[in-house]
Amino acid sequence: MTAEPHKKPGLETLRAAISRLEGHTSRKRATLPFGVRDIDRKLPGGGLTLGTLHEVAGGGNDALNAAAAARFAAGIAARTKGQVLWIVTVADLFAPALQQAGLAASRVLFVEAGTDRDVLACFEEGLRHPGLGAVVAEVGRLTMTASRRLQLAAESGGGIGLALRRWRRQTDAADFGQPTASTTRWRVSLLPSASLPVAGVGDSRWLLELIRTRSGESADFEVEARHGQSKLRLAGASDRPATDTADHVDLAASMGDRPTSPRAGRRRASA
Amino acid sequence: MLAGRNGRRRVVFAADRAARKAGLVVGMPVAKAQVLLPGLSVMDARPDEDRAALERLALWLQQRVTPIVALNGMDGLILDTTGADHLLGGEAVMLRDIVRRLEGAGISARAAVADTLGAAYAVTRTTSGAAIVVPPGEHAAALADMPVAALRLPAETVIGLADLGLTRIRDIETAPRAPLVQRFGAEITRRLDQAYGRVDEPILPIRPADPVAVSRNFAEPIAAAETIARYIGKLVPPLCASLEERGLGARRLDLLLHRVDSAVQAVRVALARPVRDPKHLLRLLSEQIEIIEPGFGIERMDLVAVLAEPMERRQQVSSLIEEPEADLSGLIDMLANRLGDGALYRVAPVESDVPERSVQRVPPLAPVTDAAWPEGWPRPTRLLPRPEPIETMAMLPDHPPVFFVWRGIRRKVKCADGRERVFGEWWKGDTELTAARDYFQVEDTSGERFWIYRAGDGEHGETGSQRWFLHGLFA
Repeated sequence: MTAEPHKKPGLETLRAAISRLEGHTSRKRATLPFGVRDIDRKLPGGGLTLGTLHEVAGGGNDALNAAAAARFAAGIAARTKGQVLWIVTVADLFAPALQQAGLAASRVLFVEAGTDRDVLACFEEGLRHPGLGAVVAEVGRLTMTASRRLQLAAESGGGIGLALRRWRRQTDAADFGQPTASTTRWRVSLLPSASLPVAGVGDSRWLLELIRTRSGESADFEVEARHGQSKLRLAGASDRPATDTADHVDLAASMGDRPTSPRAGRRRASA
Repeated sequence: MLAGRNGRRRVVFAADRAARKAGLVVGMPVAKAQVLLPGLSVMDARPDEDRAALERLALWLQQRVTPIVALNGMDGLILDTTGADHLLGGEAVMLRDIVRRLEGAGISARAAVADTLGAAYAVTRTTSGAAIVVPPGEHAAALADMPVAALRLPAETVIGLADLGLTRIRDIETAPRAPLVQRFGAEITRRLDQAYGRVDEPILPIRPADPVAVSRNFAEPIAAAETIARYIGKLVPPLCASLEERGLGARRLDLLLHRVDSAVQAVRVALARPVRDPKHLLRLLSEQIEIIEPGFGIERMDLVAVLAEPMERRQQVSSLIEEPEADLSGLIDMLANRLGDGALYRVAPVESDVPERSVQRVPPLAPVTDAAWPEGWPRPTRLLPRPEPIETMAMLPDHPPVFFVWRGIRRKVKCADGRERVFGEWWKGDTELTAARDYFQVEDTSGERFWIYRAGDGEHGETGSQRWFLHGLFA
C-alpha cells in the first residue's frame, strides 16, 4: 500500500499551476484528516485543508436545528489544536454534548451575536486571529462576496473556518445551493441507526454528503458518530460479522487508527 | 433632618422620608420644624463633604458607565450615555442596574434617560419611578404635563408663573414668548429650549484627580476620518509610555473629542486585561472611528485611561516543549467592544443533575478549570430554551412513549434509551422537595433523536404533573 494509485505527477504539476493562478500561496497547506481512510482519500491533500473555509449544513429537518451538523463541526474542531471560537445567534447549544463529541468546555469561547451581519463580522475577525484552532459560526445566508472575504481571512489566520449553515425557515434552506467560495461543502442527514441485539438506541448514523470540494469529486458516506469521541467511523465497519459490542469498538478503533501507509503517518504528523 | 444656614436663618436643608411624611419641607425654618416634630434629630449639613461624596460617586460612574459625567447642583449627576448603553445591555437595563447598585450602597436614587438633559432632569424630579426611559423623540410629549418647577427655574419665577395661572410646562410652551421674557428674563425661554432640545447644552465632564491622560489641541479643526486616525496614532504612544512609567495597564480608555460647537463626544474602549501595548489600543480605537461625528470639526482630543490597573507579570513559556497558549485577549477585546459585554462567554460545568442548571456562563478570561461534566448518559446537542409539552402515549410507570406529537408532527418511536431519573434539588426550594423527571432518549422511524422527559416518576402524584416534555435534540 505504499504506492499511491491516484497520484499522477502530471496532474499534480497541473494542479500546482492552477493553484498558483488562483492566487494561493505556493506553500502547501496542512490538512486535518478525518482519520477515516475512505473519506480522507476523497479529499485533496488527504483531509480538510487548514486555513480555508468549509461549510456544513443539516439535511431535512436538521437544516433548522443543525444538531447533527453541530456535532459534526464539533468533531472537526475537537481535532484541531488550540482554542475554538463558536459564534451563535441562538444560544441553544448544550456544552455537555460538545464535551461528549470530544470538545472540552475549556477550549471553547462562545460569542452570541444578534444578527447575521454581526456573526459574519465576528467570523471574519476570528478567522484572522492566528491563535485559534477553529472558528465555527452558525450563519444563515452566506453570499459569494461574504464567503470570499471569510476565505481570505482564513488564509491569513491559518485556522479552520466552519460555516455551520442554519436557517430560520425550511424554505430558506434552498440557499445552500448557491455558490460560495468555501473549499468543501458537507451535508449531514440523520439515518435510522442500526438495530441493537438488545433494547436501546445505537450509535447515531449519518448520511454524510460531500457536496462540493475544490479540485476533487463529490461523494457520500454512511458514518456513525460514537458517544464520547470526535472521530467518526464508516457505518459499514460495524456490519462486519461481530456478535458483541466490545468487538465493535475494537474493530472501529483499528479502522480509525490503522497505521497502513507511510502517508498516513505523515498526515498525522502534519495535522 | 439636616439643618444649615441660609443667610441669618437656620433652615431645613434635607429631610428623610419619615420627616417629609410629617410635613417637613426643605427651606422651612428649623424652629418651625422642631415645633412640628418634637424630638426631631437635627444635624448640621456639611455641603463640602456632600459635594466631595457626590464627586466620588461621579467618578465611580465614570469608570463604569460612561465617560461624560457631570455634577448637577448638589443632588444630581448628569450622564451622557450616547454610545455607551449598548455595551451595558440597553438603556432600560443600564438604568435599572445603576439604580440597583446605588441601592446596594445605601443610596436611594431616581434615574431617567431622555433625548435632552432638561427632559431627563424633569422626569427624575417629578415622577416616582426609579428608572424611566423616555423613548427617542417622545420627550416633548412627556414634558407637556409636567409642573413648571421641573424646568430648573429659580423659585421666584415658579411662584410668579403660578400667580399668572401657568403651572404646567405646556402652558408656558404655548404662551407668547415676548411678554414672558419681559417679565421673568431670558432664563425661562433658555430652559424651555434646552428641555425641548432646541438649544444645545454643553456638559462639562468631571475629571479624575490624577488621570493618565494625553491631549492635543488643533489650530485648525479636524474632521476627516484619516486625520482623526492619524492623531489617535499620535496620542496612543505617549499614553502607553506614561502608563509604563507608573507600571499600569489600561482597563478602560476614553477618547474625548471636543468639537467646535462645544459639544464633547466620547469613545470608550473596554479591555479584558490591563493593556499598554500601543498596537492593540490603536486597533481598538480605530475600530470606533466610524461612530465619531465630527460635526463642524474637532479642536481638541483627550485620551484618558479612566481605569488603570497594575500589570500582572506572567511567565511567558513554562516549558520548552509545549507551545505557548495563544493570547486571545486582543480578539476578546475587539469582539466585546463590538457586541457588548455579555456576548462573549465560556461555559463551565456546575454540579447539578438538572440539565439546564448544569451549565453556567463565565467570563471569557476566567481561569480555566479541569472540571467536566460526568460522562455516561448522552446529552443532546441542542437544548431547547424551555421544554416544550408533547402529546404521548406511554405505559406507566417506566416505559418510554410509543409515539409522540411535537410541533404538530406525529412521530413513532422506534427505539429508546432510559430512563434516567433526575431528582429535584430539595435544597433549592420546597417545590423541588419531591420533584423528579424521567428522561428518555428516543429515536423515531426516520432516525431523528429527541430527549424527552416526564415530569414525575409515573407513580406518585407529588413528584410532578406526569406530563411529557421535549427538552433537546440529539445528533
